[in-house]
Order: sequence, then structure tokens, then C-alpha cells
Amino acid sequence: MLEARSLYKSFGSIEAVKDLSFSLEKGTVLGFLGPNGAGKSTTMRMLTGFLTPSKGTALIQGYDVQADALKARRCLGYLPEGAPLYLEMTVQQFLLFIARIRNIPRAELTTRLGETLERLSLTDVAGQTIDTLSKGYRRRVGIAQALIHDPAVLILDEPTDGLDPNQKRDVRQLIRNMSDDKLIIVSTHILREVSALCNRVMIIAGGELKADNSPEGLLQTSRYYQAVTLRVDNPQPVATELSDLPEAAQVELKDHELTIFPRKGAKLLPLITNLAEKQQWNLQSLRLEEGRLDDVFRRVTTGAEQ
Amino acid sequence: MKTVTTIIRRELLSYFTTPIAFVFLVVFLVLAAAFSFYLGGFYERQIADLQPFFQFHPWLYLFLVPALSMRLWAEERHSGTLELLLTLPLTPWQAVLGKFIAAWLFLGLALLLTVPIWFTVNYLGEADNGRIMSSYLGSWLLAGSLLAIGSCMSALSRNQVIAFVLTLVASFVLMLTGLPMILNIFDGWLSQFWIDGIARLSLINHFNGFQRGVIAWYEMLYFILMILFWLYATVVVLNNRRSN
Repeated sequence: MLEARSLYKSFGSIEAVKDLSFSLEKGTVLGFLGPNGAGKSTTMRMLTGFLTPSKGTALIQGYDVQADALKARRCLGYLPEGAPLYLEMTVQQFLLFIARIRNIPRAELTTRLGETLERLSLTDVAGQTIDTLSKGYRRRVGIAQALIHDPAVLILDEPTDGLDPNQKRDVRQLIRNMSDDKLIIVSTHILREVSALCNRVMIIAGGELKADNSPEGLLQTSRYYQAVTLRVDNPQPVATELSDLPEAAQVELKDHELTIFPRKGAKLLPLITNLAEKQQWNLQSLRLEEGRLDDVFRRVTTGAEQ
Repeated sequence: MKTVTTIIRRELLSYFTTPIAFVFLVVFLVLAAAFSFYLGGFYERQIADLQPFFQFHPWLYLFLVPALSMRLWAEERHSGTLELLLTLPLTPWQAVLGKFIAAWLFLGLALLLTVPIWFTVNYLGEADNGRIMSSYLGSWLLAGSLLAIGSCMSALSRNQVIAFVLTLVASFVLMLTGLPMILNIFDGWLSQFWIDGIARLSLINHFNGFQRGVIAWYEMLYFILMILFWLYATVVVLNNRRSN
């Protein structure tokens, strides 16, 4: 459905994206992660055909985004970074403009517009000038614009930026509901969003692809994967005791919480619960870690070891 | 064509939902009247024609057209909507053409609103209506040429003030290439052939033909080529921006 072929982009002497290749299929919700300035937006701009790559190209539904730009763009919905909109138009005027450019037949125009407004809870503000809307509404108008023609490929640059927690949840729900028969690429810097939304994650840094995995797979590379975090009344002696466990690689005390990292393949949780019972620790909380994305993100993007 | 029409409609809508249309039309009409009555001596000449009205159009356009054209692309680039527009299924040509035609139609409307002065001369005496019509056509073509220059300059910068100034300078030079002031610059290092060529580019000279009541096909062609050249330049600039 979408294929990047050795995408390369330089601005003067700065190499923004270096030789990026991947291929994505229907049903994928790809989380596109990276620190600011990593080349996320540049990559998206090349995928959508807005920026011409210095080398390489991208294909959407088999159409080259440069050579067959119009055909490629018809299959594509795109929310650019910052959700730019024509502020002087009303929501309805703006969406009708997009629908007409997108060649939605006149007979379907009204129903399609109504559906789209409904899906993004914009019906109440349809007659308002975009200028007067809050950031959250504007973002949703931007998303509405990207999916009014029901595209096969949806590229959303920070779709939940500026939304409140309820709106974030609604937009994630919307994206999940659409994901079966579409390919959706979402760039974000909210790491929790990735595990909630995506079934594939790519991390880029310095213009290069540093990780390409499922969220679960990525979590397994975290040093927190299968670690145990607990909170007790008197952590110091407990920490000493825990570090004597042969299965424990390391014990960390941070913010009154003890985190015990396992040696490779070791299962810590049953051992620790046994120990806690035997020694009669006054446990306040105990949890098994699934791995932490922020830890993976930091390690992958800075190249730092542990 | 349908895509171009959609763009035209959007552009016109945005002129009339913002104060742009109102302010522009009022200023245009007031200045056009002030120039013809005070500077041109419309009544004092005791001649039933619109020469005092049309002769100042180039100078009126020199300032007003860049004010209209500066936002064409600079605003889209500044607000980021350019990315939205150029990733829709349309070619840069369609976008450039749509925006240009909308602005040109708008200038046509401004001209149309001056028609009362045409009635006035007919009321006051025997006016040469053919000549007035050709002057109107010439004036609109001249405005279109300046607008096309402005479109290109606006695509060059994300800053509207810079777009305004660049358009003003480029328009000024192209208006006056026929004057010795400009031609003398080239004297000595270009052959007479080229100097004559440059002199012929002058927008004002071509407009003067229309003011005499002559609609010659080559004069029309000159303005149309001028417009197409600058619109093409706009497309080139936009495409160039996409690779940078």
C-alpha cells in the first residue's frame, strides 16, 4: 500500500533523512517516533509528495508520489504538522472546499459532510469561522479534512496535539475504528499513545531508522521488561536482601520505590513474592513491569547503553 | 477546469469574508476618482472623454495591485496551508491559475464599479465609447500583468512585506523600460537591437495603445504572454520550493 524506496533528503549540507526504506500494508497503524528534528515531518512531507526527495521515491497504492502525483494523492489523506487551515472560512465551507477538490460527487456531498462532522463531533461548530475555534476543534477540523474522502492511506502528523484527554481518547478511538481497512501513519511524541494505538512502531533519529518493531517487541528490548517494582516501608535492608538473589541483575532505589532488574530470562515475580511473605515485609505495592517505552526511546535515539 | 473553479470560489470567498475586499474596493474607487478629478482635471478639460481617468491607472495599480497580490502565496506559506493545498489532488498550475484568476476577477469588479464615471461623460457630452471600452480592456490587462508579477514575487517569500516591495520594484521597472532613464543603463553594453527590445517590453507603452482606442491583436498577445510568463515563473518557484 505504501512503500518508501531509499528516501534521502538534504537541505544544503544538512542531511535530514538518510536512505529510508520500508513498506507498509493495509491494517497497519504505524507510530512514527523520533526526537524533534529527527526528520519525522520531512519524511512525511516526502511520502505525501509535498517535498521532492533528493534521492529515492515513495509509492502509494503503487503510484509514484512524484511521477504519478495526482493518482497517489487521491488515495491519501494528510494532516500536516500544526494542522494548518484556512482560518477565514467556516468549518462547513472549508470541508466543502476540500470535498470539491477531492471530486466527491455533488449528490454525496451533503451526506459525506454530515457524516464527517458527526464523526469528529464538529456538527455544533459547522457554521463557525475556524478562526474563532479552540486548538482542539481546529485539530479535529484538520483530521476531518484528511478523511472526508475515505482515503486508503492516512498520514497524520501529531493528530492529538493540543487536545484535552477526553478528545485524545476520542481521536484514538476514531483511528482504531478505521484501522481495519486502511493504512494509517501517525507521528507523535506521546509514547503512551503508541502502545494504545499502533501495531507497528518506527523510531527515527538523525534521519535514520533506528527501530522498527511492534510495540510489544519494542517493550521487550527495554531493560525494565519483566523487572519488578515494589514499595516497602523500610527499603534499605530490603534492597540489600534482594540484590543477594542470584536472578537479580541489579536493584535500584528511586523515589522510595525499589526496582529489581532480572538476569536474562529470569522470572523474578514469584521469587520476590515468596521472599516478601517469608520476611514479612510491609509491602505497599508490587508490580511486574512490561517495559518502558520512554526508556527504549531514549536508548534508541541517543545511542546510550542502559 | 472544475478544480480551478473550486480554487477561484474559495479565493473569492476569502476576499469577501475578510475586510480585504471592502478596504481594497473603497481605496481603489476613492483614489481613482481623486486622480481623475483633481490631478487629471476631468471637468476643467471640457472634453467628454475618460483620459484623465485612465492615464493614472498604471500608478494606481503600481501600489494597489502588489497590496492585493502579496498575500497570494506568502500567506499560504506563512500559515502552512500551502502544504495542505499542494498535497491535494491538483497540479501547481491549477492552484496558480485559480488564485490568479480569482484576484484578476476581483480587480475586474473594482473596474466595473467605476462605470458611473463612464455614464457621467456620456451625460456631459458625446463620448467615444469604443475608445473607453478598449481603455477598460487595456486597464484590466495591465492590472492582470502586474498581478501575475505579484503572484511570482509572493511565491518567492513567506513575508508579505517583502512580496509587496519586490512586486512594486519589478512592476515599476517593467512599466518604465521604455523611458530613457532605464534604457540609458544598457546604453553602451547592449546593442541597439536589444535596447529596442527592452523598450518594447514597457507595460505603459502597450497600455497607451489601448487608451487610443486601438485593440490590436499583438497588444493583446503581449499582455497575455506577459501574464503567462509570470504565472509560469510562479509555478517554477513553487516547484523549486518543494525541493528545498
